[in-house]
Amino acid sequence: MSEARDLAIIGAGPAGMAAAITAATLGVDTVVLDEQASPGGQIYRAITETPVRHGTVFGDDYWRGLDLARAFIGSGATYLPGTTVFSVAPRVEDDRREIGISSGGQARLLRARHVIVATGAQERPMPVPGWTLPGVLTAGAAQILLKSAGLAPSGRTVLAGSGPLLWLLAAQLLRAGGTLSAILDTTPRIRPGLDMLAFATSPYLSKGLALMRETRRHLAPISGLTGLRAEGDDRLRGVSFFDRAGTTRRIDCDTLLLHQGVVPNVNLAMSIGCAHRWDDSQLCFVPTLDAWGHSGTDGVSIAGDGAGIAGAESAAERGRLAALDAACRLGRIDAARRDREAEAPRRVLATYGRGRAFLERAFRPIEAHRIPSGDTIACRCEEVSAAQIEDAVRIGATGPNQLKAYLRCGMGPCQGRLCGLTVTELIARARGKTPDEIGHYRLRPPVKPITVAELASLPRSEAETNAVARQ
Amino acid sequence: MFRRLPDLADTASVTLTVDGEAITARASDTVAAALLAAGHAACRETAVSNSARGPYCLMGVCFDCLVSIDGLGNRQGCLVRVRDGMRVETQRGKRVAGR
Repeated sequence: MSEARDLAIIGAGPAGMAAAITAATLGVDTVVLDEQASPGGQIYRAITETPVRHGTVFGDDYWRGLDLARAFIGSGATYLPGTTVFSVAPRVEDDRREIGISSGGQARLLRARHVIVATGAQERPMPVPGWTLPGVLTAGAAQILLKSAGLAPSGRTVLAGSGPLLWLLAAQLLRAGGTLSAILDTTPRIRPGLDMLAFATSPYLSKGLALMRETRRHLAPISGLTGLRAEGDDRLRGVSFFDRAGTTRRIDCDTLLLHQGVVPNVNLAMSIGCAHRWDDSQLCFVPTLDAWGHSGTDGVSIAGDGAGIAGAESAAERGRLAALDAACRLGRIDAARRDREAEAPRRVLATYGRGRAFLERAFRPIEAHRIPSGDTIACRCEEVSAAQIEDAVRIGATGPNQLKAYLRCGMGPCQGRLCGLTVTELIARARGKTPDEIGHYRLRPPVKPITVAELASLPRSEAETNAVARQ
Repeated sequence: MFRRLPDLADTASVTLTVDGEAITARASDTVAAALLAAGHAACRETAVSNSARGPYCLMGVCFDCLVSIDGLGNRQGCLVRVRDGMRVETQRGKRVAGR
């Protein structure tokens, strides 16, 4: 029989770490499974082991993650780094779910009564012409290289896109002694609105303005541009765009860093069967959850940015709430204690939630950089263009799942992670439907590729063997 | 291209090979970071059109940093740490049986 646990937490970012601390403190037998070699997720990437000694490069918000990581490591929860979860099965007889994990080329199963999915966020795809060229990376990738390997872009570097993280990365790269050839800000001019009043009390307002001021001391961003293109042959050579006056401009560069916000990493939660809906404010699919982060699937909660984008501080609080609820469902604490201990996290959540509507409106990525056209690649793995998808819709493909049969779109190694939103929005536009009506790729385990040898090495019961064996 | 910041914390240095050529990396590097630090913006050619690709997201999402590591193909370079003596091979186009 495989190893049995009360609670399995998938992901060791702020949500997963905070959930683990809360659960372990309440005496819940907890295991944390994480793909990375050290805790922190992406926002606190390499927090316990970054080689960057210059303390001010990343800023105080990053270093706050160190307290969380240290508390997590000392929490008593079992932590399995370098471990990829490839499946979470329906509940079996003993009320536990079987979780397929792979580590160091070896697959095995473990079982848990409750699962908290804390798989976080990923960069929103930015399918502009040429975005597959070597030398084009996400802004998040540059930040990961800086935090985990002390690597900064050298040569001519252009940062393009929109959103708070763009300014954070710009400031961090400049503090680290890097140079930027240009910042291309694709944010449309912000129209005033009532949601600005709430944002005026957000902790993010002063931080955001300070980052913009700091960056502007080094270079003036080019704003209001459209029609961004990455140009090159076997690698990136430059970018071109239309400026505010509509004139085509070109900048030679070696590295282009793209960013237009982050979106929930939904593949695992969707493969478990948790219901998701289209969020038109965040322009992505988000899971349907109760006030504790519990999904419609019994014994499965979702915490952190995977539950809808709200930032690192909120992620930790949502992790605490999910863990309190899990502890209650597992019989460790009663509902009265759960509710009492949830008061502090809910207060912090309210603080960081103020003004989020304004942020989402102000940094809503423009349609031209979300929904590609012509021969621009939508599915990077299978190299499917926007025009091919529109043609397939014209001859009868009704949604993302049908599209697989026409074009293999979404069937490459990334399993639709990077093209999912693009494909849904492209089909929705072509068919005159809402993204919610079109839906997302249907996802099934294994949600991460594993070798056949690993699959074959898994223990199996007589019933499972009989189900597929030829007599 | 990417370069190391000056004044990084000391760490062991490891040597690995990329298509037979030796490169050095920091022991805490992932394969994808080591490739970028060594000046390899591209690490494979796609199976569909043989176009050049390189690491893109570095967080395990995009699968564009796929390389062969110690003989096992299609490994995500951004999720595997370097090791002394590791053999990394870039992947060119479709897989050919027996290679």
